[in-house]
Amino acid sequence: MNAFTQWFNERAPGLDAAYKKHMTEYYAPKNFNVMYYFGSLALLVLVNQIVTGIFLTMFYNPTAAGAFDSVQYIMRDVHWGWLVRYMHVTGASMFFIVVYLHMFRGLMYGSYKKPRELVWLLGMLIFLALMAEAFMGYVLPWGNMSFWGAKVIITLFSAVPVIGEQLVTWIMGSFVPSDPTLNRFFALHVVALPLVLLLLVVLHLGALHEVGSNNPDGVEIKKHKGPDGHPLDGIPFHPYYTVKDLVGVGVFLIICAIIIFFEPTVGGFFIEHDNSIPANDLVTPATIKPVWYFTPFYAILRMIPNKGFGVLALLASIVVLFLVPWLDRGKVKSVRYRGLSYKIALTIFAIVFLLLAAIGDDLTPGWIVSIFGPNADITTIENLFGRILVVLYFAFFVFLWVYTFFGLEKTKPVPERVTTHA
Amino acid sequence: MADESINKGRRRFLTASTAVVGGAGLVITAIPFVETWLPSARAEAAGAPVTIPIGKIEPGQMIRVAWQSQPIFVVNRTPEQLEWLPKQDPRLRDPDSKEPQQPKYCQNATRSIKPEWMVLIGICTHLGCVPDYDGEVKPMPFDPNWKGGFYCPCHHSRYDVAARVYQGVPAPLNMVVPPYHFVDDTHIQIGVDPKGAAA
Repeated sequence: MNAFTQWFNERAPGLDAAYKKHMTEYYAPKNFNVMYYFGSLALLVLVNQIVTGIFLTMFYNPTAAGAFDSVQYIMRDVHWGWLVRYMHVTGASMFFIVVYLHMFRGLMYGSYKKPRELVWLLGMLIFLALMAEAFMGYVLPWGNMSFWGAKVIITLFSAVPVIGEQLVTWIMGSFVPSDPTLNRFFALHVVALPLVLLLLVVLHLGALHEVGSNNPDGVEIKKHKGPDGHPLDGIPFHPYYTVKDLVGVGVFLIICAIIIFFEPTVGGFFIEHDNSIPANDLVTPATIKPVWYFTPFYAILRMIPNKGFGVLALLASIVVLFLVPWLDRGKVKSVRYRGLSYKIALTIFAIVFLLLAAIGDDLTPGWIVSIFGPNADITTIENLFGRILVVLYFAFFVFLWVYTFFGLEKTKPVPERVTTHA
Repeated sequence: MADESINKGRRRFLTASTAVVGGAGLVITAIPFVETWLPSARAEAAGAPVTIPIGKIEPGQMIRVAWQSQPIFVVNRTPEQLEWLPKQDPRLRDPDSKEPQQPKYCQNATRSIKPEWMVLIGICTHLGCVPDYDGEVKPMPFDPNWKGGFYCPCHHSRYDVAARVYQGVPAPLNMVVPPYHFVDDTHIQIGVDPKGAAA
């Protein structure tokens, strides 16, 4: 074995070094908490999506005439086809749950701050690619919600000045979503975007391992190194964190299995009921809404009574996340030692995000009726409520800049080393 | 071999010109790939005119047909609906149809060739959904003063029976009236202007 390993390493330059750099000699802070599971879980879901996706491709028919039937064929006739598809569909939603928590973790502990700005930017690019990937994947089953979702989202591009209409026709390859649209989305979904995603994930991890991981205390472990040159508060990623992450994987897979085997539609959230009806370009579903993971941004679009500004606000709500490393001028990273106002603002921001999702998911009319009675003016109340939420969403970022730029934040002293060090 | 000194100017020129020529080549090569996404000849051909019989549409009723894969609404408007049309003007964004959302020959109070026949592309100008036709003049949950028209279930945009958009809804424009003409009293053809009429 030793002889073989040596023979191999002599002929595979850099492989052994890369393994050491990224696994056995990548020193991660030893105080990671439960919020640090979501990066490795996102990687796990990516692998799941690729593997299940490859198998779905073997049975799926990417034409407007055959797509819907081929998905039913996978569900009913292909051995274990239902399992593969439910794994893929559940994986898509779990991907966003994990990624949203991963991003929230970044906001909590200031993981986007110097020197990790590039890690955050690459992560945001992954988020964008993931949204494109998920949107196109959602179109492929060619159900009625696929069709109308595609139409609404592609039509967003008509808000581009001058070339808007031509741009929409160019993206669709026709005057409505049809065969050419489905074909190109299939190509992008199974070939182009997965390649982009994989490349970005490699860069994201590469950039992270260059500067090292942040931690719940937001202290730089590289400042205190032992005589061996390794951070005193760091432990090798392998075996320590691989084993820890395996525990997270176990819990995560149990949750996924419960969803896949007992409630794969999750009450119409993971798989929408209207998508069990084949695409029909003459009949709009009663309520068109995207899948739950787009609904916060979709609510921002819906609450603005002007098409151009609605699209701009939607765009801004995502672009502003890219800017967080430069909006937040505070020196203290972790929420543990930041000012009280930051803690309150971040909590409100998280709640606003969830409430916007509820509006985008059309849950609010029911709430309004149960609070104000059956004669309530749903549209007016929902618009008022939703517009306050939109303002609060953007107010978080304004607050973040004002609060830190003008030195209004009263921080607590940050410890020299992680708080759990022996 | 005699002169081994480096001519930096020439080197920079060669690097730059190689980059420019190569870059131009890349852009030119990209054009065919970008243009593969334009509607194909087959998709273009699907846009031929269609003729619709309208003799059996009762007053107040609407039919839907497809033209260029878009839903075309044809409404036989009742006198009551037509009576309410001018009274909606103060509540509308573009009551006089100033925006080019209809052919010239339909830029009038009823947005049609014959007042009772409304022909439109049933696509909401907000994000392209198909609105519902709620023709009756009666209070609706979404509007207590409803005088008949079109209601979009996606984002609650509202239009009157001439497909003119109300104020305070997300849709920015009146719905589009396609080019059409009357072949005879009971047939219309979508996609062709009336003889002698300029669009």
